[in-house]
Amino acid sequence: MASLIRSWIPLLILQSFLVAIAFGSKEAEEFSEALLLKPLPDRKVLAHFHFENRAPPSNSHGRHHHLFPKAISQLVQKFRVKEMELSFTQGRWNHEHWGGFDPLSSMNAKPVGVELWAVFDVPQSQVDTSWKNLTHALSGLFCASINFLESSTSYAAPTWGFGTNSDKLRYGSLPREAVCTENLTPWLKLLPCRDKDGISALMNRPSVYRGFYHSQRLHLSTVESGQEGLGSGIVLEQTLTVVLQPETTSVETNMQPSWSLSSLFGRKVVGSCVLAKSSNVYLQLEGRLGHESKNVDTEIEAHKLWKNADFDLSLKPDRVLRESSSLLFIFDIDKSSDSEPFDLGLTWKLPSKWSCQQAPLQATRFLMGSGNERGAIAILLKATESQEKLPGRVVTDGRCTIKANIFQIFPWYVKVYYHTLQIFVDQQQKTDCEVLKKINVSPSTDKVSSGMLEMMLELPCEVKSAAISIEYDKGFLHIDEYPPDANQGFDIPSALISFPSHHASLDFQEELSKSPLLSSFKEKSLVRSYTEVLLVPLTTPDFSMPYNVITITCTIFALYFGSLLNVLRRRIGEEERFLKSQGKKTFGLKQLLSRLTAKIRGRPIEPPSSDSPAAQSSFLSSKLIFKIILVAGAAAAWQYFSTDN
Amino acid sequence: MATEKRNKEEEEVKTDDGSPKIKPRPIVQLGIFLVAHSPVFSVVFSAAGVLALLILPLLAKNTYISENALMPGSARSMLSNRDVSDGSKLVKDIKNYRLNHEGQGVEVQKLVGKYMSEMVAEVYYQKFHPEGNQFHPLHFFSGPDSYTLLDNVSCASYGVNVAGIIRAPRGDGKESIVLVTPYDFINGGDYEALSLGITSTLFSLLARVTWLSKDIIWLVADSRYGDYRPVAAWLSEYHSPSFKVSDLLKCGERNTADNFRRAGTVAAALVLKVDGRSERFEDTLSIYAEASNGQMPNLDLINVVNYLAVHRQGFYVKVEKVVSLLSSSWLKIIGEIFEAVGKLAHTLNPDWNFGIPVADYLEGSATLASSLYSQALGIPTGPHGAFRDNQVDAITLKVSPRFPPDSKTRQHDFFLRGARLLEGTIRSVNNLLEKFHQSFFLYLLTSPSKFISVGVYMIAFALLVAPLPMVAASLYIEGCKALTKSTDNPTENLKSWKWLDAAKQVFALHLFGFIVTLLPYFICQVPGQHSPSNRSIMWGTTSSSLLLITFAAIPGCSPFTSRHHGTHWAVLKSVTISAAFIGLCLMSIINFATAEIGALLLVPTCLMAQPIKPALRSRRIKSMLGAFCSMVLLTIGFPVMFFAISKGLFGEGLVGLSLGGEFWTWLESLWAWKSATYLYIGMVHLPCWLLCLCILFHPS
Repeated sequence: MASLIRSWIPLLILQSFLVAIAFGSKEAEEFSEALLLKPLPDRKVLAHFHFENRAPPSNSHGRHHHLFPKAISQLVQKFRVKEMELSFTQGRWNHEHWGGFDPLSSMNAKPVGVELWAVFDVPQSQVDTSWKNLTHALSGLFCASINFLESSTSYAAPTWGFGTNSDKLRYGSLPREAVCTENLTPWLKLLPCRDKDGISALMNRPSVYRGFYHSQRLHLSTVESGQEGLGSGIVLEQTLTVVLQPETTSVETNMQPSWSLSSLFGRKVVGSCVLAKSSNVYLQLEGRLGHESKNVDTEIEAHKLWKNADFDLSLKPDRVLRESSSLLFIFDIDKSSDSEPFDLGLTWKLPSKWSCQQAPLQATRFLMGSGNERGAIAILLKATESQEKLPGRVVTDGRCTIKANIFQIFPWYVKVYYHTLQIFVDQQQKTDCEVLKKINVSPSTDKVSSGMLEMMLELPCEVKSAAISIEYDKGFLHIDEYPPDANQGFDIPSALISFPSHHASLDFQEELSKSPLLSSFKEKSLVRSYTEVLLVPLTTPDFSMPYNVITITCTIFALYFGSLLNVLRRRIGEEERFLKSQGKKTFGLKQLLSRLTAKIRGRPIEPPSSDSPAAQSSFLSSKLIFKIILVAGAAAAWQYFSTDN
Repeated sequence: MATEKRNKEEEEVKTDDGSPKIKPRPIVQLGIFLVAHSPVFSVVFSAAGVLALLILPLLAKNTYISENALMPGSARSMLSNRDVSDGSKLVKDIKNYRLNHEGQGVEVQKLVGKYMSEMVAEVYYQKFHPEGNQFHPLHFFSGPDSYTLLDNVSCASYGVNVAGIIRAPRGDGKESIVLVTPYDFINGGDYEALSLGITSTLFSLLARVTWLSKDIIWLVADSRYGDYRPVAAWLSEYHSPSFKVSDLLKCGERNTADNFRRAGTVAAALVLKVDGRSERFEDTLSIYAEASNGQMPNLDLINVVNYLAVHRQGFYVKVEKVVSLLSSSWLKIIGEIFEAVGKLAHTLNPDWNFGIPVADYLEGSATLASSLYSQALGIPTGPHGAFRDNQVDAITLKVSPRFPPDSKTRQHDFFLRGARLLEGTIRSVNNLLEKFHQSFFLYLLTSPSKFISVGVYMIAFALLVAPLPMVAASLYIEGCKALTKSTDNPTENLKSWKWLDAAKQVFALHLFGFIVTLLPYFICQVPGQHSPSNRSIMWGTTSSSLLLITFAAIPGCSPFTSRHHGTHWAVLKSVTISAAFIGLCLMSIINFATAEIGALLLVPTCLMAQPIKPALRSRRIKSMLGAFCSMVLLTIGFPVMFFAISKGLFGEGLVGLSLGGEFWTWLESLWAWKSATYLYIGMVHLPCWLLCLCILFHPS
């Protein structure tokens, strides 16, 4: 029975395809999957899963989709999202070793935690409302606290610093969000084959999360059809980038580790996702290797490309593409099956070294000052070795310059003094007009909105280092905004450094197959890098302190005002006389009291004596005080010993 | 219960008096009572204060890990022999290199850097200038970033720190832990190299592990110019770099400014030193925690290290103690008395277990004395002080192995245990999701596993200073009475302004103290090279001439003016005591240990001070004894004298003729470290001491 059903499933799927083709418009919904593998110079391997789902603009689908996830299309329709990107990241992208000037890193190197930006297609006044609703919807969809981005203190509206020029753009990030399988599972649910079949079947959770970097991204954009009456199409791009450390037994440290898909993920690919239009695996080898093997035509030479003295591929690539500095092997996984799983392996024979292309300037950000003092945020831009080789220099007025955009959000509790902005180029302080081409500042409002700084720097090409520092003061949070327990500190989200005159793209010499991954690589993408998240230790008030202060001040006030009022109000002489006159009248009650006390003490009533009352009173008071001290001492001693043991 | 009783007694007062007389408030009564019997109470309170100080070792509690997240020792150590062999190899290489290339420190640094980068760490070198600590009166309470770069830096002497950073594989890079190993690249001994071995062993492990959540920085500080300076220079570059061009960068071939790397907020720091051979059978681990101005790291950090060292790695852990106290007979007698009392208490109630053996008491008090002394001095006891100045919890661990440095077999075991200790500590700190906050910051140690918290040790000080306001009040009343009797002028009988003359004198002397405090700065500006003795003589002569000017300029200030001109000594003493009280209380907030020791000196001196002339005239034994006591106390109270005595007490040999010079050097070190104790001596102790001197020679 089971086998019968299993044999029926492909048929059913085929049928649904046919139906789609028959009833659909000119274009059908398309899904494609791809996996890019890339050995990294520091003995790690990058795996980049890429899934693209296209829903063409059409009316005929109505509310129905065959492949495209309904949740996303509803989201787009409801909130009129023009473009949106959501990423969940764990770990830091190592710009030095993993590259910073290729489309892969400029698109997939994301800041720690959650980052979300969206462009809406609604009137200006409704953008904020749409954003808030969108955050809540995404929060539910991805099991993450994206809804915290709803608060106006956590997002900003960048104008030009983010790279996308739109006034309907909203940007927010949550650096503290922990990323785990609970976020991956809903993301996988958007794929037609989930992680049951095809390339996504490789995503074995333990091996994916064991990596050094893990970034799961969802990018969607709407494509206007341009035709009247036709809705807009949606392109959903889902990528997962992981950097893994292959297990190695060799002791030799300069030898690159050999790996295979099964050793990296603990799984193999058994066939492609049936619903996918194309499913390919790419292997990109960078650096020296690419240069060496140019101009190869014959079959033997081509064979040498994947089986040579340096390395050995376990499978024959279907095609080989060349780029200026790298080689791209393309494998089609359609041929693999249960009996013959696709398990690509790379075996290194000789030690090899290469370096990745880096962004023109490498950015680091750090906090200055320590403790609870006033501090400063500094962004340090350092020239990388590959800076000179890069294209994208702009020559204006006979000067060669590099443009760098800095986009930074400051939470409101970091009160930035914008006038203290200092820029140093090559350890020399520059005035703002020398290097600062454009600046846009929107100061924060306490508890209402976060501050934002957009800067466009124009640095000379031969710059070695540039530093930007800006001072800040730490604000106090509202009492209910503090976390319940002692905290580590508060985060300042990553700054984004982008280079508007530099664009990264892979330029393959051959004509491309229509692979969405490769075409996305071929598109020119803005070179951008995110800086570190910073931790600001805010002063945490001692919350038991108000109580202590209240008690102490109340006591002091009582003592002070009591004695002051006494001094002001009382007239000792008058009072004495009054008491004397009254004493005669109300003798009865006092007598009664004195009798009572005398009875208790078992002594005869002493007649009121008038000889030296002062001396007696002082004597009595000393006795009283002695007793009180004795009792208090005994109580304190008892307290100490009872608690100590 | 108590209130009831009191109510009843109040009633009694009323009825017993017969006529309904207004009864003063109890608090006023108490005040009047205390003031009236101030001599008795001052003796009782002062004695109780000293007793409370002596009893502190008995009240010490056992330390405990307060923060649950630390979980020390709960994870199995992952150190393997491979890591240890990495460490041994580094030590061997350094030794070989040093044998072959004499005096080439930079190359050794490169060697260490090479080892670090082989462990996939990010390595950089930092140059620093061994800038001497300069005294500037205005820099006293400013932060560590106030140090300015010298303009004309000579390339002749500069140090180079090597630092390596291991990034936590899955961490977010917001926090880091710093490991410091001071090493003199030129003259470092064999033992010192062992600390590099231990850390290298650990570093090799940390480069592999996946549990790191905070980045690890290993700083090999170039200790050619002392341990503290390189660490402070590195920290100041870490926290407050100057983006401007520095002359130092031009020295040497490496450009270091651009390479400086950071790794987020520093959560904690450990300084590891290996020195000397252990005198005991086990390897010894000494913990140093005192930072500048008596600041201490969070007790949990010490607890974790102590727990792991004792219960996991079998080190003998100790903290610094005053050795000469261990053999002092008077302390032994006190200890025996306490032991006897403790035993007696135990027989009375088996739950009362406060008695401790004499040996424990001696150890405890010797450690306590050292703890108090180090805190009071305000000079950090190691490079960890630099971290505390940046609000980072840090301690110095000094390990003394029990084997000679060339023993190969023992070395392996030593590296393994040392690295395991550090691994455990780092793992604990790595677990923390928040700052160190759970345990104490204000405490005194009586042993590595025993502490006295602020709530307990405050009592001794409070008891000690409690008589001061009482005595001041009673003296004021007395002095006012005396003045009213002596003068017939009704205008002078305006009661409330009696203290004004005395206050003028006290203020003048405090101003004098302030100027004397600032004088060394100007003496340092005097051109030419002077020996410390000469400088101290200069200081002494200027101060004394200033004092004479003060006496001459302000009438009634000097003890040598005629009797009718000056104020009554009782009023003067009253104001002096008030000033001392305020000074001590302020100091107890800034540096408690200084205030405690200062109170021990100042309180008896102030209380005992009385004019010597009437005492001599009266020829009564009681008053003669009093005068003698006050003279002795005054002699001890003179800062130079006390310095000499404490030197003798700490077993550093009796000081000879160069006392002035040594005192100057000591003070210089105090102000160089920005110790508040220096301010206390100049602005509280010295004026009060002078005032007591004035009272002693008062012509009444």
